[in-house]
Amino acid sequence: MFEEIGITQEGDLMINVGPQHPATHGVLHLVLTLNGEIIKKVDPHLGYIHRSIEKMCESLSYRQFIYVTSRMDYLSAHINNHACALCVEKGLKVEVPLRAQYIRVIMDELTRIASHELWWSAMSMDLGAFTPYFLAFRERERINEIMEETCGARLTMNYMVPGGVMTDLHPDFQKKVKTFIQQYKLRIHEYKELITGNVIFQNRMKGVGYLSKEDAISYGCTGPVARASGVKSDIRKIAPYDVYDKVDFNEVIETGGDCFTRYQVRIEEMNESIRIIEQLIDNIPEGDIQAKTKAVLKLPKGEFYQRVETARGELGVYIVSEGAAQPYRIKFRSPGFSNMSALDHMVRGSKIGDFIATMGTLDLVIPDIDR
Amino acid sequence: MMTNEDFKIKIAGLVPSAIFDETGEWLNVLVDFSFFRSMVQQLRSDNDTNLDYLFCLTCIDWKTHLTVVYHLSSAAFRHNIVVKVNLDRNNPEIETVCDIWRGAELFEREVYEMFGVTFLNHPDLRRLILPDEWNGWPLRKDYEDPINMIKL
Repeated sequence: MFEEIGITQEGDLMINVGPQHPATHGVLHLVLTLNGEIIKKVDPHLGYIHRSIEKMCESLSYRQFIYVTSRMDYLSAHINNHACALCVEKGLKVEVPLRAQYIRVIMDELTRIASHELWWSAMSMDLGAFTPYFLAFRERERINEIMEETCGARLTMNYMVPGGVMTDLHPDFQKKVKTFIQQYKLRIHEYKELITGNVIFQNRMKGVGYLSKEDAISYGCTGPVARASGVKSDIRKIAPYDVYDKVDFNEVIETGGDCFTRYQVRIEEMNESIRIIEQLIDNIPEGDIQAKTKAVLKLPKGEFYQRVETARGELGVYIVSEGAAQPYRIKFRSPGFSNMSALDHMVRGSKIGDFIATMGTLDLVIPDIDR
Repeated sequence: MMTNEDFKIKIAGLVPSAIFDETGEWLNVLVDFSFFRSMVQQLRSDNDTNLDYLFCLTCIDWKTHLTVVYHLSSAAFRHNIVVKVNLDRNNPEIETVCDIWRGAELFEREVYEMFGVTFLNHPDLRRLILPDEWNGWPLRKDYEDPINMIKL
């Protein structure tokens, strides 16, 4: 742990958490101002994994820039690609074949489960439980195998392209997904037995890191963080894209606003994702996987904004086009960035241990924040 | 839920000089920077508009001027509008909105370091992502950095 201790003029202790700290899950640098063990202020210092993706995209074509976005939120790589593909399609006014839409939604939901699995394991490890890491990775590995077979990659898949998906599904895809769902349903109980009902875990989580509904909205929080505070923020419901309006699923909303509620929302969301996949997996229609598009894509002059629901919340892709083959300006509104901005407010007045628990339930992915 | 027409009537009542653009997905409103803050404050507190959710704050460099873009929404009604303010490229200054939407604090710091826009009355306007001693405004179109920039 990189540690530099200083005392402010008021006698407060300043400590650095990160950039190399296991609890920050990446290279996030937070400067904590402490009075005793009570946190007075959290000051984030970003940029340790800043690659200036927005500037880079200005010199890439509309087919190329999608690959860079897999490296933002690497746990929701499919969903990032999906957002970019949808935004380009919106500009080109391309109708995506139904088969591709089904495949995209199934892939998105598999990604969401894999991402929540990783969050569950990493968060449990922050709180001192090591076994969950192995349990969750056991299930996540199955999803990675499914992805690898169809997309050729395990983490940065780059599978979605403007107009559809890159290749057709592997012949074993449906069979493997169904096997995964079966196994998952048997094993989700282990999660509940191991962590959810655990007294130590509940004491660390209940009433900790409270975020009210008004604050969640004001800070621009989205995803499970906002939904645990009672904000209806699921883009899949607000502005459905692809076949999300054809499937039946619940938007998980709780009103507790503390760490334990955020935990419950994510666990419940995994079950909803399974429901979505179950409805789609047997009904994938036959047909094309890509709409016919030109080799060089040129978006008309104008501005296009596409929102999708990643595992962490609302991802916005804002393309400003001047009619060229490259975007004039791209902005990625990343969910982690806004969720992190509420961290200071959430942990003020609480202890360092609670800070670690709150960080864990925010589910921050640092490349997503820095871009 | 307000339609674009409702928004136009409401905003024209607040700022008569506002320019509307409906070519995009959402209603675009271009206002002068001197009216900007009072207008968004009204739209935030008004019960019909209730724009309590700032979901994106960014800037575009048009080489002749800068445009700060605010994407606003309402958590209850889910109607969206886009507010734009043109700024002078040599001395870009605009009033902060981080007391209206607290999430704007980090957004504004990012726009400051990338475009050099000064947000007046911002509580803590420092560089967020780049080192404190960084020179220049990287996302401006005329920015050159021979060492760190890779041209494709």
